[in-house]
Amino acid sequence: MTQYLIRRLLIAIPSILGISVILFAVLALAPGDPFEELATNPAIPPEVRQNLRASLGLDDPIHVRYFAWLTSMLRGDWGFSFVSRIPVDDLILQRLPTTIAVIGASQVLAICIAIPIGVFAATRPYSIFDQIANTLAFVGFSLPTFFTGLLLILLFSIHLDWLPFVYRTQLDSTGWQWWWDQVRQSIMPVTVLGLFQGAALVRFVRSAVLDVIRLDYVTTARAKGIPESAVTLRHIVRNAMIPVVTLLALQMPAVFGGAIVTEQIFRVPGIGSLLISAVLANDTPVIMAVTFVFACLVILFNLIADILYGWLDPRISYR
Amino acid sequence: MTEDDLRHLIGRVKRGDLSRRGFVRRMAALGLTAPMATQLLAVTGAAPAAAQSVPAYRPTGRRGGALRILYWQASTLLNPHFAVGTTNQDSSRVFYEPLAGWATDGTLHPILAERIPSVENGDLAADGRSVTWRLKRNVRWHDGQQFTADDCIFTFEFARNPQVGSVSSGSYMDMEIRKLDDFTIRLDFPRPTPFWADAFVGPSGQIIPRHLFGNFNGPNSRDAPTNLRPVGTSAYRFVSFAPGDTLRAEANPNYYLEGRPFFDTVEVKGGGDAVSAARAVLQTADFDYAWNLQVEDEILLRLEAANRGRVNIIEGGNIEFIQLNAADPNREIDGDRSVAAQTQHPAFRDPAVRQAMALLVDRESVSRFIYGRGGPATPNFLNNPPRFRSSNLPMEFNVARANEVLDRAGWARGQGGIRQKDGVRLRFVFQTSVNAPRQRTQQIIRQACQRAGIELELKAVTPSVFFSSDVANPDTFTKFWADMQMYTTTMSQADPQRFMNQYVSWEIASRANSWQGRNIVRWRNEEYDRVFREAESELDTVKRAALFIRMNDLICGSHHIIPVVSRPLVSASLNNLRPVLSAWDSTMWMLSDWWREA
Amino acid sequence: MAGSTPASATASAGVPASGGDRPRVGPWLEAWRRFRKHRLAVVSAVILAILVLGVAFGPLIWTVPIDEIDFSKRLDGPSWEHPMGTDDLGQDLLARILYGGRISLAVGFAAMFVALVVGVLVGAVAGMAGGKTDAALMWLTDLFLSLPQLPLLLLIIYLFRDSLVSVVGPEMGVFILIVVVIGGFNWMQVARLVRAQFFSLREKEFVEAARALGASKTRMVLVHILPNSLGPIIVAATIDIAAAIIAESTLSFLGLGFPPDIPTWGRLLFDAKDNLDFAPHWALFPGLMIFLTVLSINFVGDGLRDAFDPRRVKS
Repeated sequence: MTQYLIRRLLIAIPSILGISVILFAVLALAPGDPFEELATNPAIPPEVRQNLRASLGLDDPIHVRYFAWLTSMLRGDWGFSFVSRIPVDDLILQRLPTTIAVIGASQVLAICIAIPIGVFAATRPYSIFDQIANTLAFVGFSLPTFFTGLLLILLFSIHLDWLPFVYRTQLDSTGWQWWWDQVRQSIMPVTVLGLFQGAALVRFVRSAVLDVIRLDYVTTARAKGIPESAVTLRHIVRNAMIPVVTLLALQMPAVFGGAIVTEQIFRVPGIGSLLISAVLANDTPVIMAVTFVFACLVILFNLIADILYGWLDPRISYR
Repeated sequence: MTEDDLRHLIGRVKRGDLSRRGFVRRMAALGLTAPMATQLLAVTGAAPAAAQSVPAYRPTGRRGGALRILYWQASTLLNPHFAVGTTNQDSSRVFYEPLAGWATDGTLHPILAERIPSVENGDLAADGRSVTWRLKRNVRWHDGQQFTADDCIFTFEFARNPQVGSVSSGSYMDMEIRKLDDFTIRLDFPRPTPFWADAFVGPSGQIIPRHLFGNFNGPNSRDAPTNLRPVGTSAYRFVSFAPGDTLRAEANPNYYLEGRPFFDTVEVKGGGDAVSAARAVLQTADFDYAWNLQVEDEILLRLEAANRGRVNIIEGGNIEFIQLNAADPNREIDGDRSVAAQTQHPAFRDPAVRQAMALLVDRESVSRFIYGRGGPATPNFLNNPPRFRSSNLPMEFNVARANEVLDRAGWARGQGGIRQKDGVRLRFVFQTSVNAPRQRTQQIIRQACQRAGIELELKAVTPSVFFSSDVANPDTFTKFWADMQMYTTTMSQADPQRFMNQYVSWEIASRANSWQGRNIVRWRNEEYDRVFREAESELDTVKRAALFIRMNDLICGSHHIIPVVSRPLVSASLNNLRPVLSAWDSTMWMLSDWWREA
Repeated sequence: MAGSTPASATASAGVPASGGDRPRVGPWLEAWRRFRKHRLAVVSAVILAILVLGVAFGPLIWTVPIDEIDFSKRLDGPSWEHPMGTDDLGQDLLARILYGGRISLAVGFAAMFVALVVGVLVGAVAGMAGGKTDAALMWLTDLFLSLPQLPLLLLIIYLFRDSLVSVVGPEMGVFILIVVVIGGFNWMQVARLVRAQFFSLREKEFVEAARALGASKTRMVLVHILPNSLGPIIVAATIDIAAAIIAESTLSFLGLGFPPDIPTWGRLLFDAKDNLDFAPHWALFPGLMIFLTVLSINFVGDGLRDAFDPRRVKS
């Protein structure tokens, strides 16, 4: 097991490097110019632009730029945003707490709701509860988040006037009031995201449990007179967890990556909106930093999932 | 109104028979109210209107509280001389001030200047070759330092420095600056300059502190810490800034104007979309003011029905228009298309086709059903200031006549009902940016064209690509690899000179100028070039106006461009908020004078 | 014994089926019989057929033009003249939904198909082979998961649009590009799910048994393992269809999708959103269409799985 872990971690290093090469190449090849702003201005002589490009090394060949990026990254220097003129890590750190608070909460919400509902629905397939849960789940992922978000805003902000729909990072209040305001402004973005992710999760959990529930050992356990709840928890859920763990491992990196559409609707200044505005402004250092961290998380969670498989089902060997 | 009438009126003002306000009012009655009115009076020797063009600052009730402003774009940096885009310019203006600003009626309003220069008060040379600015003496920077003429001179040098790469450098070229004393500067122009109020005025005129930027007047300018922590002279001083999100400011207790500012704090939140920004003000009253609401008027009207806020509409010079490519977008020459030097558009080179296209644009319906108050229909490219507005052009939507014109020119209906002649089919690609009102307009035009045997293929490009200057991307508006396109061009100054250079032949966009030439439609006309040259140095304002009107008639008469609607600035504010807005200056230009009714 | 029934029924034909007096039917007919019993699946199949036939032949019956502008009928609710109401230009929504549905459904199905094929293939190979192959394929999956989509899309448009359009024509070129792009960004989840299922299933007793009986690897995968991992695949398929229909509408904003005047369902939903409080019908019908498609595909999928799964619980 330990040996397996070490080997996997060692493999992860070239994986990450390989991914970073490809990310860098895609960004370098993608059309766009960070100094567009200067180019559109008729008052600025082209030499100014060329000087700036040269000073940032943009005219060097791509492999030179890649190694420059890699070495400074290894030294802990994430680079400078072309647009905001501050270090990229500052920019990311500014947005990390909000992203984790909102996206993290929605993940937790999705998991907490979807798993029990999915399990319960699967133990009583085609019952009324199952039908309702399924229908809601279908609604959840057939409607895009821009739509459900707007629906919630219309209902809770405009019609009922209960919740604010503009997310503010610096609330004026303090103490308990601050927590209350924070919760109030987070409810809608968290619900929208949680609903979307939870809907898919409910379907996967239900399907996974249904697959397991028919297996013979479950019948055997029941025949032995083990109480139904224990059967469900110990024998069914644990074995149905494999697809669920896969899915969660896929979704976890999003806690860092943010959610572009939802952040836009509720004006949540998360990493998703940072990334999209950096992309639109061709702010390569920011894009590179965000996607690179994201890639590391993807690999990390994939590894965690692989380890969990072995724990959930001891027959899966670590090879 | 003829030149003589105008001269007569100006004479009366000079003699004192007519007040300056009376003059402005009469010009309004004659369709001649002008942001240029003061300039007109100033150059001809009459005094400018005093500060009456800005609403009086008379707050009722207790001062204080928070002012919350919502922008659907977020600002990313706070140096006005690097500020790309309106959002950054506006955010910088919360802290920095120019010598003077443009009120919405086009008059100059002194801010850091003691008074507005005029021939009468001797600050403006009668030959239009120099202007003297006298600065207020009781102004301090937010950090307590005294504001002096040295700051103006530094700003001048900073903006002009090619190594700095300032976006405002255009306003400071072709002139010299001299310090007369600690609180007086003079600008000297090499030739008579009809539009002298550009440097130190409005968005590009914001003055930055020498003591904080002094060491950054060079290639390192973008690393100045003050770029993100501004120290200005304004009524509100810096508290915090999260790029791409929120800007916070608080009242400056040492502001040089008595009783200002009104609010304790100002918060400018960025991001989101225009419709929900309108909702946040008009429906839920979570915010006090929402900027630039490019939203279908129908929606705004329904939101306004909640009766919490109102929509402010301020007329300016921005115009939504269609361009008919003069070059051929389908012929490739050395990997490039729409090459004006070597190609002509196979269909649009026929004036009959262009005339038919103009007849097929239903401006009235577009204006009435889509833009509403946010877009009155217009036949002119140059609409404001009103004294530059031509009254010579008709505005007609007539499918029958378009058919007639095409029939007469020999474009016969062929396969699928599409007209053709000599192997050229009237089938055009019509591109614009992604924006709901624009897609609606495209559909309206396409339907009319269909009835005239012209097929339009609609294309919508995401704005960040369409409006970029990306040399590698074929979908930008400057490359114009399409037969027709539609967008809004902005007029940021009360003087049309820079606005009308969009059709001179030396500005034609091409590979040689990296498609940065301002003449995107690639139209070439000798008379236009000549008239433009003439206007550049014409000091007689009346003659100059006539020249610009002639230019408008030339370009619009060619039908290579088809004006659709003019785009006034549309914003929303709460019923009890009293903002001071201007079409010719930044939204924040008089933030010091905003107040809330009790 | 789990999974052993199909193996024995087909592997050793000589053994009589239990309850030998029942008339023997082929496995396909048997599946069809089971499928028919799944009431929801049958109803869903009918709905799906109606949807497909509707968008295929509907425009021939409901001949109102999709782009007839009528300002006097803006944002009208449903009426006899316009059964689904009109949009803000007074255009008939029923005609638009029927017309746009062709593209939405075609894109949805095709993109789902691409995502499933790639995902199942990658997941199955990784799950069966393990070791170096698995590591390489998972690297590929991780790479696709972490690529920033927007710059990549712009790059794809820039590199391939013109050449593809010149080879297969504008409509087909755009269609292929959209399907490949959407499918290409959606297969990773399927791959990971299938791989995880394979890890678990290949160690199960019935697979061991099949292996001991000398079944080939392909046969093991196709007959024993894959059918047992259908559950998550079907769920992923339905989610992918919804995602593809919606993704198509966002692609057109990048200049990659169909022209803006083609009323695909996602596009209609997007256009309608700002008028949601004044004209809910505009969003309701396209939303309902997407919902019905997703719903019916899912139940048909459930029905199919149950039909081919002899261990099916009584419904």
